[in-house]
Amino acid sequence: MKIGMLYSRVRLDEKFLLEEFRNRGIDVERMDTRCAVFNITEFEKMDYDVVLEREISHLKALYSLKVLNEMGVKTVNTYDTANTCGDKVLTTLALTKHKVPSPVTYIAFTPEEALEAIEKIGYPAVLKPATGSWGRLLSKVNDKETAESILEHKVILGSYHHSVFYIQEYIKKPERDIRAFVVGDEVIGAIYRSSPHWITNTARGGVASNCPLTDEISEICLKAAQAVGGGVVAIDLLEDRGKLLVNEVNYTMEFKNSIAPTGVNIPGKVVDYVIEVAKR
Amino acid sequence: MAECPECSCIIEIENPEVGDIVECSECGIELEIISLDPLILEIAPEEEEDWGE
Repeated sequence: MKIGMLYSRVRLDEKFLLEEFRNRGIDVERMDTRCAVFNITEFEKMDYDVVLEREISHLKALYSLKVLNEMGVKTVNTYDTANTCGDKVLTTLALTKHKVPSPVTYIAFTPEEALEAIEKIGYPAVLKPATGSWGRLLSKVNDKETAESILEHKVILGSYHHSVFYIQEYIKKPERDIRAFVVGDEVIGAIYRSSPHWITNTARGGVASNCPLTDEISEICLKAAQAVGGGVVAIDLLEDRGKLLVNEVNYTMEFKNSIAPTGVNIPGKVVDYVIEVAKR
Repeated sequence: MAECPECSCIIEIENPEVGDIVECSECGIELEIISLDPLILEIAPEEEEDWGE
């Protein structure tokens, strides 16, 4: 069995995955995107049974997955899942199409229309870049003056993807959100990420603790995973007055802070799933 | 043992692997292990706009 792992930065998560492969007697071929060169005018035959994508850069991951998939190589995750999850507009559209509840969201292409959408949603509202991770460049807009200045900044300072305004209702959640881990068709565990700040990413200081899986969490997570194309994904949920909403779906999930609180061998589960895909 | 390319301090690394990210104990900069024999460190790439999950 020939398995590749696509990456550039080796985080603890990648080290755990490599260890799990070694425990199963599988020597993974490391595919460092910084050394990758693909001839995209002549599809060469690649003999990987599967490639596990762990690339920290969204664009490098996306193109690499598209090339590999076009060359007939199975990947975890697929280009389609990565493309949908990597863009909040596509994610929200996929969730809506599959009737998975998520916060009320508008998109607009000019500051004037964006302001109108914010007024429609009401304050506070949340502005997010369509592509972005780790809680970067999220803005909570509490009033019209703030909205106007943030919109102006986004137009003047932002690169092209700041010209799409992704506007979401602010969910008054209980100082935490839920991060659930889906591997194939199983929700393997979840954590609460607690923080007094409205952005709860552990990358920004959110503290992880175990979140017992309920039928409701499992059901909404499996639906969300399926909506975005499935595979190995981490679903971020918001608790909104007794209802669960899907806030985001991540396709290169980080899990090193979640192994201890959940007691789940997350890298082991991922590796078993990758091996299963290889055998298909 | 390897030398930090930023501050020339000598750093001790347990079970080094190529690609590992380590922090210089002296100046705190993030370093990437480029080779094992000899053990060579380079300043790790900085976070880019599209990095994430």
